[in-house]
Amino acid sequence: MKNILAAIVVLLLLGAAAYAAFFVAPTDVKQGLIYRILYLHVASAWTGLTSFFLCFVANLLYVWRRQPKWDWLGVSAAETGLAFTTVVLVTGPIWAHPVWGIWWTWDARLTSTFVLWLLYVSYLVLRTLIEEPDRRGLLSALFGIFAFIDVPLVFGSIRWWRTQHPQPVIMGEPGSGLDPLMLRVLLFSWLAMLGLMTLLLRQRYRLEAMRGDLEIIQRELEAA
Amino acid sequence: MKNLDSLFAAYMIGWGIFFVFYVTVARRTSVLREEIERLKNSVNRGK
Repeated sequence: MKNILAAIVVLLLLGAAAYAAFFVAPTDVKQGLIYRILYLHVASAWTGLTSFFLCFVANLLYVWRRQPKWDWLGVSAAETGLAFTTVVLVTGPIWAHPVWGIWWTWDARLTSTFVLWLLYVSYLVLRTLIEEPDRRGLLSALFGIFAFIDVPLVFGSIRWWRTQHPQPVIMGEPGSGLDPLMLRVLLFSWLAMLGLMTLLLRQRYRLEAMRGDLEIIQRELEAA
Repeated sequence: MKNLDSLFAAYMIGWGIFFVFYVTVARRTSVLREEIERLKNSVNRGK
């Protein structure tokens, strides 16, 4: 019952965020309608990075405490973050094409985001190659800590290097920034996405905990 | 209404990715639940 209620709340939040993105936020003078992808693209990007941060914390805790629950949280957050980053990598080119005239360019922001996606795909592939749970947990946690190094690079790429991708409009240079109403809609969209992330993460964590139970039963059967 | 089709496509694909992710997790959970039940029954039969 609690889960259904949480899902309804998240769906309502997402619906309200979509309504605000389409009908409340003002239209951008230069880009027109297409800029409204921002509320999906940027909110997904921030949520993906939040999820990878959770994965990083879980990986550190696993290395320190060696408790399976941190391994389960690590893989769940990695997979959830990957879903959000996939949305970023798909919606970015759809936005870029009418605005830049190209679908993709290998600038620092786009490349570091693509590398981030590849790193977490590798994290998940690595886990499938190791059967022994403790060894799998430790090696993937160490790899996850290494993969997180790319997150500050993604964040800093548009601040440190000249890129095709726009310069930051939030926490950017003086004079940069979003219209206050656009900013409020963006922050609300991020809140809705964080709700979705929590929902997906919980569901994925349950799956991983069940996998842990399955491994225990299998070991019992082998010992019998 | 320029680029309305691109905007619509971006949102549809974005929500589609989240939906597919949710469905795959739910399906994997259901398969695993059945597997656990099957193994638990095997363990109980063995006792």
